[in-house]
Amino acid sequence: MSYSKPKFRHPDLPKNELGLSKTDYEGAISTLCAGCGHDSISAAILNACFEMSIEPHRVAKLSGIGCSSKSPAYFLGKSHGFNSVHGRMPSVATGANLANRDLIYIGISGDGDTASIGVGQFMHVVRRNLDMLYMVENNGCYGLTKGQDSATSDLGSATKKGRPNMYEPIDLVALALRLGATFVARSFSGDKKQLEPLIKAAITHKGFALIDVISPCVTFNNTATSTKGYEYIRSHADNMEVDFVPMREEICTSYKAGTTQQVCMHDGSSVHLHKTAADFDIHDRQAAMEAVYDHKKEGRILTGLLYMAHDSEDLHKVLDTVPKPLNALREDELCPGSRFLNSINEGLR
Amino acid sequence: MKATDINNPEYFHKVVDCQYGCPAHTPVPEYIRLIAAKQYTDAYMVNWESNVFPGILGRTCDRPCEPVCRRGRVEEKPVAICRLKRVAADNKDDVTERLPKIPTRKNGKKVALIGGGPASLTVARDLMPLGYSIDLYDDQAKAGGMMRSQIPSFRLPPEVLDEEVNYILDMGVNATFNTYVDSLKSVLDKDYDAVFIGTGAPSGKNLDIPGRNEATANIHVGIEWLASVAFEHTGSIGKRVLVLGGGNTAMDCCRTAKRLGGEDVKIVVRSEFEKMKASPWEKEDAMAEYVEFLNCHVPQEFVHEEGKLVGMRFEKVEVVYDEQGRRNLVPTGEGPIYLECDDVLIAIGQDNTFPWIERDIGLEFNRRGMPVVDKVSFQSSCQRVFFGGDAAFGPENIITAVAQAQQAAISIDLFCHGKDVIQDRPGPGVTLTSQKMGVHEWSYDNQISNDGRVHVPHADKEKALSDRKVEVELGFDIELGFKEAERCLNCDAQTVFTGEKCIECDACVDICPTDCINFLMNGSEKELRQQLRAPANNRDQDLYASGKLKQTSRIMIKDENVCLHCGLCAERCPTGAWDMQKFLYNVTKAGQTCAG
Repeated sequence: MSYSKPKFRHPDLPKNELGLSKTDYEGAISTLCAGCGHDSISAAILNACFEMSIEPHRVAKLSGIGCSSKSPAYFLGKSHGFNSVHGRMPSVATGANLANRDLIYIGISGDGDTASIGVGQFMHVVRRNLDMLYMVENNGCYGLTKGQDSATSDLGSATKKGRPNMYEPIDLVALALRLGATFVARSFSGDKKQLEPLIKAAITHKGFALIDVISPCVTFNNTATSTKGYEYIRSHADNMEVDFVPMREEICTSYKAGTTQQVCMHDGSSVHLHKTAADFDIHDRQAAMEAVYDHKKEGRILTGLLYMAHDSEDLHKVLDTVPKPLNALREDELCPGSRFLNSINEGLR
Repeated sequence: MKATDINNPEYFHKVVDCQYGCPAHTPVPEYIRLIAAKQYTDAYMVNWESNVFPGILGRTCDRPCEPVCRRGRVEEKPVAICRLKRVAADNKDDVTERLPKIPTRKNGKKVALIGGGPASLTVARDLMPLGYSIDLYDDQAKAGGMMRSQIPSFRLPPEVLDEEVNYILDMGVNATFNTYVDSLKSVLDKDYDAVFIGTGAPSGKNLDIPGRNEATANIHVGIEWLASVAFEHTGSIGKRVLVLGGGNTAMDCCRTAKRLGGEDVKIVVRSEFEKMKASPWEKEDAMAEYVEFLNCHVPQEFVHEEGKLVGMRFEKVEVVYDEQGRRNLVPTGEGPIYLECDDVLIAIGQDNTFPWIERDIGLEFNRRGMPVVDKVSFQSSCQRVFFGGDAAFGPENIITAVAQAQQAAISIDLFCHGKDVIQDRPGPGVTLTSQKMGVHEWSYDNQISNDGRVHVPHADKEKALSDRKVEVELGFDIELGFKEAERCLNCDAQTVFTGEKCIECDACVDICPTDCINFLMNGSEKELRQQLRAPANNRDQDLYASGKLKQTSRIMIKDENVCLHCGLCAERCPTGAWDMQKFLYNVTKAGQTCAG
């Protein structure tokens, strides 16, 4: 078994605006099972960060416990990382973000870490609109403990063990929409063409961005009876085609009138939706919830960017914190001294 | 783009760049692995089967395998394949037991070999074990041809040469030395079933400019001079020597001159340094021995005083490319350049001459005075006569001569058995075997060494320059040989893709260190080459395409160009759609199709 990747790379590898190549965004070699969807998601994050020319040291990767939460070790090896307690990644992300608002926060979680043990924390981080990308690597089973059904497993879906799941699933997209999330998307690990632009848009979004990525567990849940296997997703997904155009770039592709919809983001970047999604109102929360529900009723899975708020106000804005990261404030800025304390106290008398 | 037909042996053969580039198609990665495993005798025999003279070629080969080595496309330098071959030869045990047994009962066929160089010896090597009776004729005192007469001892010690030549002569070849065959007709009149001509390109080109005849005592034709040094007829040369020409013979001339008393030795050549024909390493070795290179000098006149050579005049030129892109040497107009010298060696090329072949015996010659020879069978227009080596199509190199002679031997064997030399020709022997040993384990070392090319140690320069018999390159010792062997990428461990098993999880795409693997909608090859993760601009390298895949209707496309054969795609494949399979390609030898 190989524990490291050879150092040689393709001699014609492109460089990004920082002069870095994809190699600079790699992490350790994966120890997940061969064919795990999570590895594809890692590669999609790597590609997105490379193409956005994000400096690796400006990213913090946060995770909980599970196969998904191991994966931050396998991409962005030069970024910050925090592998936290099971289901408690949102707390750590909140603390980190409040202390240093300058970093880009990428939370990696799984269906167990988010929908079971961590569902309480998840709901509150959605409500608070913390500025982060929250990725759920959703495979519908507990792979690390040999494939038991998870809380996102569909009713009747059966893993390798063969017993159909008896409980209603938690739909994380529906939950996030219900709780006021400002950016909600669903995608599939086997479709980087859609996943990568979604990651870019989510990183650009100011506020909480959820991408629920269906990510097949090849070892336990890629059976013909599972609703989260490669073949099932490919034959049951209705994909919205998505493009992300960064602020600085000219739009060079032209689309036929009526086949595309351009959605502007706060920094001047834009998201383009094509074909089936061209008349989809991306800013209508109610419509998004209905679309997700309607597809589900038909036995289909709707993937793409489902909802994005017009005027997202992230937690820092709500709390009206200072623009400077709190961890960069000097003691005299943080603690103005007894004279100020006295004047405050006086004001309250 | 059509799905690649991997059942065609030439597809994977081409992926093993070194083997494909070798005229004799030596299975290079196979013997390099054996060297790494310290199985030197086995490594030697793999070579001996394929190229007949591993010890000789391990020192003197033109190495067409090295410029095409994949390693040279992912880092600075290719694997030192040639020097590894020498490691096998230097460290082998006695191989006599492993050499083919020669039947005591002959098959009744008699073959004459004209010339005793690498081509003829190869034919003997291939035909003797089949029971042929072979007569070999050569005008030198010993066998070896140009390997003995033109390659200096400091590059190829005579003991190494004798050993490998004798493996063949000891098979019972009836050799007649010191005998110049002056009539092919007289040979054909004897009862030979076939005649093989491997007489090389024995005539060094002359330079007919003013003063050539007057100063002839100190003007020598390079290969003739090298031969007279090798046979110890010549033991010294003047202090100031000019060597004309830029090929490997010129390098051998100047380095030999340095050892025979030449103090100020200059290479003077018409072309610019980069365009000189000599192999880069031979140029380096010559420069390391303080030989001066004068480029863009066109010889005009030998200057002599009272019948003795005193110098040469040259015209300085520059290289100009005209509108058609043709290269011209245009005088700079600086006026003649005069160089004093005591001796001149002319090494500007070699010619074939066949004065001994009668033109009325049904053997056709073309306008350039070369025999008409079939490129596949090496048969001449006179059915009984076959050619090989430099005698067939002009000067090349040892490994080409060996490869051609093996084909000629096949033809002779077919011909002597009344079979068609083209139609009945055997295809290559090919095997493709999975190297999987366990879940993530391969039978070859798939860890890629990051080390650069190992430098080969040289003999002390002063000692080497004082004695022409001291070998300059010392070769890798066992440790260095292992280090260099580990640099081989095992390109014969092929990435074999089975589309029916693929679930399109992208694991192979994500793990591939060199971005070779892609899944795309099918299109023309030209379009696809630009759509890959890293553009496939090396058109010499093929794309490996699958048929349409089940789930997304895309196809798998792999650019073979910089694949490291590290096996990570197969390790990360959950379904075994990728497998690493060893591709062994063997050129079929004479006797493998004709029974008896």
